[in-house]
Amino acid sequence: MLEVKGLRKVYRSGSREVEALRDLTFTVDNGELVCLVGPSGCGKTTLLRCISGLLDPTAGDVRVNGQKVDGPPKGMAVVFQEYGRSLFPWMSVRDNVELPLKQKGVGRARRKQLVEQSLDAVGLTGTASAYPWQLSGGMQQRVAIARAVAYEPQTLLMDEPFAAVDAQTRADLEDLVRQLWKRLGVTILFVTHDIDESVYLGQRVVMLSTSPTVVQEELAIDLPEHRDQLTTRADPRFIQLRTRVYEQIQAAKRNAMQ
Amino acid sequence: MTSPRRGNPARSGGTALLGAVGLAGLLLVIELAPRLGLVDERYLPPASRIAAALAEEAGTPAFWTALTDTLIAWSVGLAIAVGAAVLAGIVIGSIPVLRSLTASTIEFLRPIPSVALIPLAVLMYGTELGSTLLLVCYAAFWQVLVQVLYGVADVDPVAFETARSFRFSAWGRIRHVLWPTALPYVFTGVRLAASVALVLAITAELVIGSPGLGKEIAVAQASEAVPTMYALIVVTGVLGVIINLLARTGERRLLAWHQSVRGEVTV
Amino acid sequence: MMNVVKKILLAIALPLTLFAGWYFLSADSESFYSPPLEKILVAFGDTWGLDRLRADVAPSVLRLLAGFLLAALIGVGAGVAIGMNLRLRAVTEPVLEFFRAIPPPVLVPVIMLFAGIGDAMKVIVIVFGCIWPILLNTVEGVRAVDSVVLETARSYGVNGVARITKVILPSAGPQIAAGLRQALSIAIILMVISELFAASNGLGFTIVQFQRSFAIPEMWSGIILLGLLGFVLSLLFRLAERRALRWYEGLRAAQRQS
Ligand SMILES: Nc1ncnc2c1ncn2[C@@H]1O[C@H](COP(=O)(O)OP(=O)(O)O)[C@@H](O)[C@H]1O
Ligand SMILES: [Mg+2]
Repeated sequence: MLEVKGLRKVYRSGSREVEALRDLTFTVDNGELVCLVGPSGCGKTTLLRCISGLLDPTAGDVRVNGQKVDGPPKGMAVVFQEYGRSLFPWMSVRDNVELPLKQKGVGRARRKQLVEQSLDAVGLTGTASAYPWQLSGGMQQRVAIARAVAYEPQTLLMDEPFAAVDAQTRADLEDLVRQLWKRLGVTILFVTHDIDESVYLGQRVVMLSTSPTVVQEELAIDLPEHRDQLTTRADPRFIQLRTRVYEQIQAAKRNAMQ
Repeated sequence: MTSPRRGNPARSGGTALLGAVGLAGLLLVIELAPRLGLVDERYLPPASRIAAALAEEAGTPAFWTALTDTLIAWSVGLAIAVGAAVLAGIVIGSIPVLRSLTASTIEFLRPIPSVALIPLAVLMYGTELGSTLLLVCYAAFWQVLVQVLYGVADVDPVAFETARSFRFSAWGRIRHVLWPTALPYVFTGVRLAASVALVLAITAELVIGSPGLGKEIAVAQASEAVPTMYALIVVTGVLGVIINLLARTGERRLLAWHQSVRGEVTV
Repeated sequence: MMNVVKKILLAIALPLTLFAGWYFLSADSESFYSPPLEKILVAFGDTWGLDRLRADVAPSVLRLLAGFLLAALIGVGAGVAIGMNLRLRAVTEPVLEFFRAIPPPVLVPVIMLFAGIGDAMKVIVIVFGCIWPILLNTVEGVRAVDSVVLETARSYGVNGVARITKVILPSAGPQIAAGLRQALSIAIILMVISELFAASNGLGFTIVQFQRSFAIPEMWSGIILLGLLGFVLSLLFRLAERRALRWYEGLRAAQRQS
């Protein structure tokens, strides 16, 4: 279980202070797929960096299975927003996926198997010896996902992973995430600024306000388990839900203006 | 997504302070190491003795003559090298046949160490200024030439075609298209050449005995005036730092000017 | 095929012309200082036989390599340490900039005080002269490692030695190579200079002996050999660099295209 309690983060640089997060509290149960949606600049990346132990919060805390996070926790993998910069350009796709496993002390044979399986799973069979920069943006994002999957995490954090890929690729990758989630049974916290994407993917959507950021509302997504780009997005319930999320975010903006 | 990076202006005051601490630490080590007997005082005199020798040197006209000589050799050699390299670079760079013809020769001549020319310089000019100039020019020339060639290769073909379609003369194309593009590269070349020229000027003086700071160092060494030798070396280092700083800020200023001018033209 | 032939022709045309020009124009040169090239070539064959190569060229080259490799080892090691530590960098940077600005050959008289006039002195001179560009470039390269790269490494548990060897060093590689290239040309200069002061063997020593005894064709042949040595070393360096930094070339080409 992932618990975020009273989280606050203020960036200090010299005399300037930026309050990126004011007060965030929410939980994600094991095996859940929760989407976090909020406008650009509201502190989504900041939140993920606090959860993944890369950044110390100013107040409040994050717990993973009851353990307080103070440094990157075991069993957690992150897919970064800047996927192009997050893959190491001096390593082949294979080495990029394998390096974290080596660090974890996974044996050679098992490593090979995990790398192959995860590349297959994201549809990148046969690109293992290419360099990341030889691939398109969508393929690079798949490599980043494969690296996370091969790590065999209990919790997977994804930071606007599809913000910079074209619409078709994006639809494919969304389905890939749902499929991997079902198959591996991991807990996923998926961050996005795209309302449709959050409703389409999540079991639950946590909406953030504009900065200074608090949790605006949580919404359970009662769409059928099986989702499909055509039928789900045309489902009247889907449209209701996305309208609701949209309204909440507009309301948050209005509150901020006053 | 650009997240603010480390190294903000508020802290740069602290950085300067830490840098000063570092320099003070170096001076302290140089002061104490010989005094505590960690190194032989005849080999490394304490910082205060070096400073005294420096003050004494600064009081002699010979020191100032040597400094002027070095600066003259540096500036004249640099000017000749830059002039020749810019001219050669533009001619070679803008004529494709010349470019491919000379590529291999340039690649061969460039890495030849300039000190290989020392015996030649001695035979041709003895211990005159000419010896220093030959070495300085040779070393600085390649730095600039290579940069100019990069710069000319960087000219946007579309801009060049545009200039042609408006029937610009050859001179007009060079003046208005090629030169503005190559200019930043020329600056980089000059900055690199400025430090190389100083190194070669002082090296020539030191080894050949042509007039300048390098020669004074050799004299101090021969007469076993160790503190004076260190003092003169410090002077060459300070000279190098000043030239670096001037070249770097000069480059930044000129480039800023250059970009702002271009910005006005294109907007 | 035609293209290759043309390329080769273009590449050798000017050197051949220059060579032939020198050869024929100098053929009946009476000048003492610029003897006919034919004489120089004969002198080259006579002078640089196996004995000379072993007695004079080999020691020079060995000292050069020893000094350069030692400087590379110390420079990169210290550069990584300084580059990873903000405060250490602030303290040391002005001192390092000062040392870099000192024209390396003036160190020869100083190091002679400490280390006498043997091989050790010459190697130390080379190390002292060419360490600064390596060190400062390494510091700069380490400092400029992408923050996303570092966070990725941290969150996937790439720590300790692997963090340095698999992440920081490769990422700073292009900068380090630039420093090494500068250092190599300084090393060659110092190899010669250190032999001019006090030596009993070496390439620089021999050339100056020829000059002092007015053995002009031999002196010229030495200058040519020194030129060839500089050319070959920079060629070898470029080949090694291209191999080690193939990823960087590719990455840059890919970035230019987009
Ligand atoms: N390292 C930092 N230092 C100072 N301010 C920052 C830093 N990183 C982010 N911020 C600020 O915090 C706010 C939230 O940023 P971020 O978490 O990246 O938002 P999001 O990911 O939702 O777009 C923004 O106003 C941003 O400018
Ligand atoms: Mg973000």
